[in-house]
Amino acid sequence: MNDRKLIDELLASISIHKHYPEGTAHVEIHGNRVIGVCLVDGLTVDSIEMKEGIGVTLRVAKGVKIKNPVHLCFGMIPETGVQRIEMKTVIEDDASVGFIAHCTFPNARKIDHIMQADITIGNNAWYSYMERHIHGDFGGIRVIPKAKVTLLEHARFVTEFELLKGRVGEIDIDYETVCGAHSVMEMKSRISGRGDDRIKIREAAVLKGEYSKGLLASNIALKDHASAEIYNDLRAEGAYAHGHVDCNEIVLGNAVAKAVPIVQVSNPKAHVTHEAAIGSVDSKQLQTLMSRGLCEEEAVDLILQGMLSQKN
Amino acid sequence: MGKLELKNLTLKLGGKNIVENISINFREGDIHAIVGPNGAGKSTLAQIIMGLPDYRDIEGEILFDGKPITGLTIDKRAKLGITLAWQEPARFQGVSVRSFLLAAARDKTEETVDLALKMVGLAPELYKDRAVDETLSGGERKRIELASIIAMRPKLVLMDEPDSGVDIEAINNIFSVIHKLKEEGTTVILITHSAEVLKEADHAFLLCRGKLVKKGSVEEMVCIFNGTYKTCECLAQPEAEAIL
Repeated sequence: MNDRKLIDELLASISIHKHYPEGTAHVEIHGNRVIGVCLVDGLTVDSIEMKEGIGVTLRVAKGVKIKNPVHLCFGMIPETGVQRIEMKTVIEDDASVGFIAHCTFPNARKIDHIMQADITIGNNAWYSYMERHIHGDFGGIRVIPKAKVTLLEHARFVTEFELLKGRVGEIDIDYETVCGAHSVMEMKSRISGRGDDRIKIREAAVLKGEYSKGLLASNIALKDHASAEIYNDLRAEGAYAHGHVDCNEIVLGNAVAKAVPIVQVSNPKAHVTHEAAIGSVDSKQLQTLMSRGLCEEEAVDLILQGMLSQKN
Repeated sequence: MGKLELKNLTLKLGGKNIVENISINFREGDIHAIVGPNGAGKSTLAQIIMGLPDYRDIEGEILFDGKPITGLTIDKRAKLGITLAWQEPARFQGVSVRSFLLAAARDKTEETVDLALKMVGLAPELYKDRAVDETLSGGERKRIELASIIAMRPKLVLMDEPDSGVDIEAINNIFSVIHKLKEEGTTVILITHSAEVLKEADHAFLLCRGKLVKKGSVEEMVCIFNGTYKTCECLAQPEAEAIL
């Protein structure tokens, strides 16, 4: 299959049919090859093919504010294979950019999607990274994203990982963030697991600088025999640092959920709070919807959709 | 249609009679009020009629439009046209007002959603995209729940304390919706300990300690209200059956 056809298939699987809006930068990576790039001023993308994977460096130049979100499409059309991406992202001082990463594996039967990211967000820079996964119904995929993120002073970082369509398969997220003075960080994940899906999330952040702020939030819905382990680790070291951990998990059937929060404060002027809720669907919500004529399954679906669509 | 008959209904929990030998015929298309002090069993009776799982193990029989519904689940009863407005409506994190009303709406149209919101005095453009969660006041959630009932177009609606947690303006709006439902042929059963709500009804039933102790006109029952329920102590003998 030639690159044009691969791009078309990747984009069709995420319901973007061939065309991005005018003036939108985008990068398509199929397997371990960059197959499409469209850039805007101030954004550079360098790639290097490695023995087992691909190295990509994304850089937004100092002071550049990219208006439209940059679309990244990672994926594989075949049923089997390995996609291994080492990504270095540098958002220079005073720059701002938002990325929407579409990770699509519509036919996956035995695929590994491995991402190792190193992200630096400069002084007073703004960076958002929304990662949307589209998987097939078979569940034959392992998703292993790791990231180390450094926020310099007054930087802002928002990331959201969403996997709501198709089967998760196996997922092992491990993000670590260090926040400088006056920086703001939000890491959120929304995942729906079923069958024998296995979900493991470790989100860790150190609020190192004074007045830094951080939020770690997870909304997970599990059905059948799916399982999830959520490790939220938030440590506040800077004076007036403020953090919050929020973990919501709904379990149905024989699913199993575990939440392990670690909150640590090592500065008397810092403050961290924590909330976690694990349980079944609220009976009053269920009964309300059933009293409007929805069967139990329809009612549960609506409640789960709501929980997973929460923006915290 | 929307005729409900309770025959010798008894619910025991922990060896205690929560509802005891209640028989009432609720005439279709009328507004009925079930009144009584706290703990009389009013809300429990509503939940028995709706078929909530904790209240399904009952003695006696419930007939709706002449057919037994005692063994039916909540959704099966709702499909027949019975619904319940809770005293404290549930909150739904992340579920929009639009989705909530569309789920209930019989015809699943946006027009019905808009119409239902307007009927409860809420502007669709301001509310449809909001979540049915704690960002709405108790009164707003109460109105949105009522809108979902309007969208559903039930044959019979049980309303548990429709005036609780709402301001005067909202109460008047709720009363007008109750009468609109009646105009459209819906049977309305109000669960209340408020004389103001009772006055909206056509017929009234007084419960005390799980027993039906009085049936009668609204005027008569308002007089009992004014006696702050001391009458309950005196009315030892439940009426065998109330047929209006």
